[in-house]
Amino acid sequence: MFDNLSEKLQRVFKNLRGEGRLTAENMDAALREIRVALLEADVNFRVVKQLIEAVKVKAMGEEVLQALSPSQQVIAIVRDELIKVLGSHESKLRFSNDPPSVFLIVGLQGSGKTTSTGKLARWLSKNGHRPLVVSVDIYRPAAREQLNVIAKQINIPIYFGAPGEALPVDLARSAKLEATNSGRDVLLVDTAGRLHIDDDLMGELQQLKELLGPVEILFVADAMTGQDAVKSAEEFHKRLGITGVILTKMDGDARGGAALSIRHVTGQPLKFVGVGEKPDAFEPFYPDRAASRILGMGDILSFIEKAEEFVDKKQAEQMQQKLMDNEFTLEDFRNQIRQMRKIGSLDSILKMMPQVGMLKELQNVKVDEGEMTRVVAIIDSMTPRERNNHMIINGNRRRRIAKGSGTSVQDVNQLLKQYTQTRKMMKSFSGGMLGGMLGGKSGGKMAGKLGKMKLPPGFGF
Amino acid sequence: MIQTLFGSVEQEPTLLEKLKSGVQKTRAGLVTRLEDALSGKKEIDADLLDELEYTLISADIGVSTTNEILDRIRERVDRKLIGDASELRSLIREQLLEILEGSERPMPHVFEPPAVVMVVGVNGAGKTTTIGKLASRFQGEGRSVLLCAADTFRAAAIEQLEVWGERTGTEVIRQKPGSDPSAVLFDALHAARARKVDYVIVDTAGRLQTKTNLMAELEKMRRTASRVIPDAPHEVLLVLDATTGQNGLEQARKFTESSGVTGIVLTKLDGTAKGGVVVAIARELRLPIRYIGVGEQAGDLLPFEAESFIASLFE
Repeated sequence: MFDNLSEKLQRVFKNLRGEGRLTAENMDAALREIRVALLEADVNFRVVKQLIEAVKVKAMGEEVLQALSPSQQVIAIVRDELIKVLGSHESKLRFSNDPPSVFLIVGLQGSGKTTSTGKLARWLSKNGHRPLVVSVDIYRPAAREQLNVIAKQINIPIYFGAPGEALPVDLARSAKLEATNSGRDVLLVDTAGRLHIDDDLMGELQQLKELLGPVEILFVADAMTGQDAVKSAEEFHKRLGITGVILTKMDGDARGGAALSIRHVTGQPLKFVGVGEKPDAFEPFYPDRAASRILGMGDILSFIEKAEEFVDKKQAEQMQQKLMDNEFTLEDFRNQIRQMRKIGSLDSILKMMPQVGMLKELQNVKVDEGEMTRVVAIIDSMTPRERNNHMIINGNRRRRIAKGSGTSVQDVNQLLKQYTQTRKMMKSFSGGMLGGMLGGKSGGKMAGKLGKMKLPPGFGF
Repeated sequence: MIQTLFGSVEQEPTLLEKLKSGVQKTRAGLVTRLEDALSGKKEIDADLLDELEYTLISADIGVSTTNEILDRIRERVDRKLIGDASELRSLIREQLLEILEGSERPMPHVFEPPAVVMVVGVNGAGKTTTIGKLASRFQGEGRSVLLCAADTFRAAAIEQLEVWGERTGTEVIRQKPGSDPSAVLFDALHAARARKVDYVIVDTAGRLQTKTNLMAELEKMRRTASRVIPDAPHEVLLVLDATTGQNGLEQARKFTESSGVTGIVLTKLDGTAKGGVVVAIARELRLPIRYIGVGEQAGDLLPFEAESFIASLFE
């Protein structure tokens, strides 16, 4: 797999020894690496060209910062530039003064329009709106049925059409009327997927636009899209004047460079990202996170946010104190594992980590969820006294614990060894949560590396 | 007859006609620009190579594959083996053909029916539509087909497959939404044996290759299939959206690891996307490309042809 950009840049600058600062020569080598990284992230070729120019101009004029190495400095410039293109803050939805506000959901086939329509409807209703949904996709088999099933799942009303209503415009017109009559303030219109070069179907969308007067025309784009993203987005924008973008399938490992391309050619903001198949896997778009991801620096901000949502702050502080005082007991160990599991599977947590330095190795670690369950079971089988003081766990106690948890004495031994290692390691690493989370088989080792790793600028905990 | 970078193309009316007939492409610009570049200059200079790089990368072939091709060209230019821009055409064509060599292999023949064809891929790649087209294609060859609705997860996926079943007059084996895909598969394979059909085509839920538990589900389905029919699945087709960028390579890798992909179907080639990532996939994984999808109708599935595919990259 391609190397991480920051590693590459470090290498570039290392090769130019003695150059503690940005110069014309080392910039060229660095820019080449940045260019490759952006292209591998599927940012459009032309967009890359312009970005590189902008970065070059900025970097050459930049004062050398004492605190940052040249590679860190270049990355910071690139990241800032990406954020600038992506839009500097999250964008809000527009609503009409004369409800219902109509949102038209458009895009290519398979980009995720129907799923996104459901997610957006749910998001709107959670945020105090009363949405109605309608599917005008009369082409794809069972497309309207799909939205029907989703609407039922999330408990949002759907206009399913009267007998004899077979045309998109008819369905849309009646749905709008229905929304007005039933006091719904937003109407989401899920349209059929179409190619941007399909003149007839693009014409149909224009017709719908004229008829409904939508306040938002949201273009749904697949995060995995390659260079072609500019062409489709440009054409949809030209024909319809899109007002925003929903980027889907961001829960995969695509870098999502298409976001940059689409934003660049349409000038319209990215408003939401789809991050899973469940109805609530839908988030506002954050330019800074997207920029880090395009550069292969992980999505640590999402991780922190998610962690904050689930972790009790007070408890975390207590934990930190305990760690520093070396009073981290098996009880705490278990609590930490439980807390981490609330956030999500370890796999999904690791996915959010930046692929930087030693952390990169983590990406290949096979996380055994069963192992975690076993660990918790073993600790469950201990007495409170044993949990508070592992030193008293002798051979007899070990046998009892093994029996109680349905494991072997070896398993218990291993856990205790791991626990003591973790304890030792965590003493030198005060970011408690991370260490605890890696309580798996090689947890001690990995967390030890974690303690030493360097995060890119702006990523300190 | 169609003018391409490599001169006129004949012999493959099916693909190119199809590509042309469906929708009018907005393909002006690139060809013209490249032709200009080629005709305006005799010498191969940096500008021309830049132009070529742009063409290849714009087709999603990827930076490393593009660089490999360009390096070889630069090397030959340096050694004065080519000096004329027109020689570039055949050279690039050769290089791409070399990579795509072996990609044209058709599906192997199964001597003892039923042949089990599993269809896998990420969400929205076009699996169900491809299955409809495959069913119609196999029937056109005089074969009997049974469809297995093992996408029990996505809303209305079963209904979507059933519509294709009606369209092609094919029976669909299904269970309730949410049931175990392997159980549906088990049923379908037993039904297929009892009814002596030639092909069972298995629809699976779309999944991103990063979801380890869902990828493990595919492994389980494979195991289930082989328990009922020893050599099954005989074919595992990865459906790949032509608009996919460099992530396509990762898709091919991961799906091959977990479900033993034996071939690729490249869909949505009727748009402006070129699907060049299959070149990178062919280069690394040597996976054959069985079919291409060029529309929404039952007949819009064609065997992959390397020559015309390469020609289309430069259109």
